[in-house]
Amino acid sequence: MKILVCISKAPDTTAKIAFTDGDTKFDESGVQFIVNPYDEWYALVRGLELKEANGGSVTVLNVGGADSDPVIRKALAIGADDAVRIDAETTDALYVAKQITNYAKEQGYDMILAGKETIDYNGSQVAGMVAELMDAPYVSLSSKLDMNGNTATIEREIEGGVEVIEVNTPFVLSAAKGMSEARIPNMRGIMAARSKPLTVVPASEGSNSTVVKGFTLPAAKSGCKLVDSAEELVDLLHNEAKAI
Amino acid sequence: MADDRFEAPDYYQLDDLLTDEHKLIRDTVRAWVKAEVSPIIEEYAQKAEFPSQIIPGLGEVGGFGPYIPAEYGGPGLDQISYGLIMQELERCDSGLRSTSSVQSSLVMYPIWKYGSEEQKQKWLPKLATGEFMGCFGLTEPDHGSNPSGMITNFKDMGDHYLLNGAKMWITNAPIADVAVVWAKNEEGRIHGLLVERGMEGFTTPETHDKWSLRASITGELVFDNVKVPKENLLPGKSGLGAPLGCLDSARFGIAWGAIGAAMDCYDSALRYTKERIQFGVPVASFQLTQKKLAEMITEITKAQLLTWRLGVLREEGRATSAQISMAKRNNVDMALKIAREARQMHGGMGITGEYPIMRHMANLESVVTYEGTHDIHLLITGMDVTGIPAFMNDGSQLKNL
Ligand SMILES: Cc1cc2nc3c(=O)[nH]c(=O)nc-3n(C[C@H](O)[C@H](O)[C@H](O)COP(=O)(O)OP(=O)(O)OC[C@H]3O[C@@H](n4cnc5c(N)ncnc54)[C@H](O)[C@@H]3O)c2cc1C
Repeated sequence: MKILVCISKAPDTTAKIAFTDGDTKFDESGVQFIVNPYDEWYALVRGLELKEANGGSVTVLNVGGADSDPVIRKALAIGADDAVRIDAETTDALYVAKQITNYAKEQGYDMILAGKETIDYNGSQVAGMVAELMDAPYVSLSSKLDMNGNTATIEREIEGGVEVIEVNTPFVLSAAKGMSEARIPNMRGIMAARSKPLTVVPASEGSNSTVVKGFTLPAAKSGCKLVDSAEELVDLLHNEAKAI
Repeated sequence: MADDRFEAPDYYQLDDLLTDEHKLIRDTVRAWVKAEVSPIIEEYAQKAEFPSQIIPGLGEVGGFGPYIPAEYGGPGLDQISYGLIMQELERCDSGLRSTSSVQSSLVMYPIWKYGSEEQKQKWLPKLATGEFMGCFGLTEPDHGSNPSGMITNFKDMGDHYLLNGAKMWITNAPIADVAVVWAKNEEGRIHGLLVERGMEGFTTPETHDKWSLRASITGELVFDNVKVPKENLLPGKSGLGAPLGCLDSARFGIAWGAIGAAMDCYDSALRYTKERIQFGVPVASFQLTQKKLAEMITEITKAQLLTWRLGVLREEGRATSAQISMAKRNNVDMALKIAREARQMHGGMGITGEYPIMRHMANLESVVTYEGTHDIHLLITGMDVTGIPAFMNDGSQLKNL
């Protein structure tokens, strides 16, 4: 079973968010990056579990610059066999999807797994676009994936219940909570990651087709206020918040 | 204990001095600690029990002999990685770090550095996974700061050695499969012996009622005519320098570990005083509180720099024992002072197990005492800069009292 897992880097959840270049660029200085949790906890770990049960290989792929290498090494430390980085600066989902597809289409993967979204831009687009460009079926927001030969049984949580889908390989899937449990690497894995191959591939032709015009931060949250009585609460809601 | 919301301070962007692999190792241990140990540590400390279920996980994240090479079952990491692992363990609890320090620096290190090839093959791989646990017996009831006066001794009986004596305050003693014991031969020279659980005449009674390192187990080692096979003597080094070499390694780890405890106290105090409202404003808005927080982060940052430099020197094989003493003394003292201040800043909440502060504070009382007391390290620095040892006096001035 040949599995490709697409991973991206995302700012640590405790990072302070600021922008530069007239609020059009995320300010990365001093920011710690992690593997996007949906990619790591669900897509990668489930990929590894399937490999461990059925044999095969797990390759992780990232479209990005050399500053992605630390998160790629982490994915290798958790257990991926090898890694590919397509050397490109990205702002746009279609561009990323094309880069992934141009690389992956000749490789004969049985499945391409990705997280349901990144925790920074929350685009949720790349995996679906890859499926389209590869002309492969796409199952989004999957919470369970089991393989039986070439047939996958996939569960998706839908409003008020669960949808069960069957699909044959090759397919593309985006992974959500429930798929697997996060794994903490061990020191042996970290040492092994040193010598696992990380191939850097030049980007294929193409350019970003959308332009970010600006980011704005949400209004700062005001502090929480403790009130002693229901009367005081009603008074504040009425006179200060003007909510009632 | 409340949720572990720890966020590490890095005021001088010292992360830039670390490699990507260092950061991955540190973050891995931090994640493991948060997931596996933080939720249970308070309970185990309260009931004065060692959480032995964490042993395999501690081995997996490099808690046992991180610098031991792969051929002996270790991950073969560098010294800064070792330091960072100790920092993250002690960030949770000094007792957790003690378990790891003893196994790594006081048991695996001497077997690796002074042991025979057979001893290394027999012990190191299983100590690295935690399948075997070890302890280190240097301190005796009547010889603590002055280990060279030890009376534990062994006689050559031809086909074996006969060991007699007792060791006290020994971390991990009651659970150890093997004890690295320092004892004098008939000529009065100190040697290391591997004493195995089950050897006749060897017992390890537990030390009860500690107010500190309650989640780490401590005991005595009692040797009553123990027959020790000759192949259990560490052949590579003898004299006081042999155990002191182990202590260098352990003290190096403690210098890093203490930063972990200090960071946890600071982080908790910072969050608590920002959230806690008194007189209508956060406690962090008072100048007195800010003085404390500002001094804490200053001291932590200085200690981080000191320790990082020590790590580089040690990796290059250039760190002296005196340099290690300075870092151990400075950092543990710094952590203890921060713990005491943080305790007050949490008000009554700092008294309960809801917050880790008082546990850190009590733990650090052991850390400031073991591996060379605070004052003994001062005398080491004093001797290093003056060239005059001041550890001993001949007692003559006592005669006229
Ligand atoms: C929880 C815990 C775990 C431990 N684990 C281990 C272990 O695993 N293995 C092991 O071998 N030991 C261990 N120890 C022992 C520890 O290393 C000793 O307690 C320490 O070295 C001090 O020895 P002591 O207790 O005999 O104090 P003493 O040496 O009696 O010191 C008493 C006081 O006198 C001071 N003092 C002594 N000499 C001088 C001097 N020349 N000048 C000025 N002041 C001096 C000391 O600084 C101290 O304040 C542990 C101790 C504790 C508390």
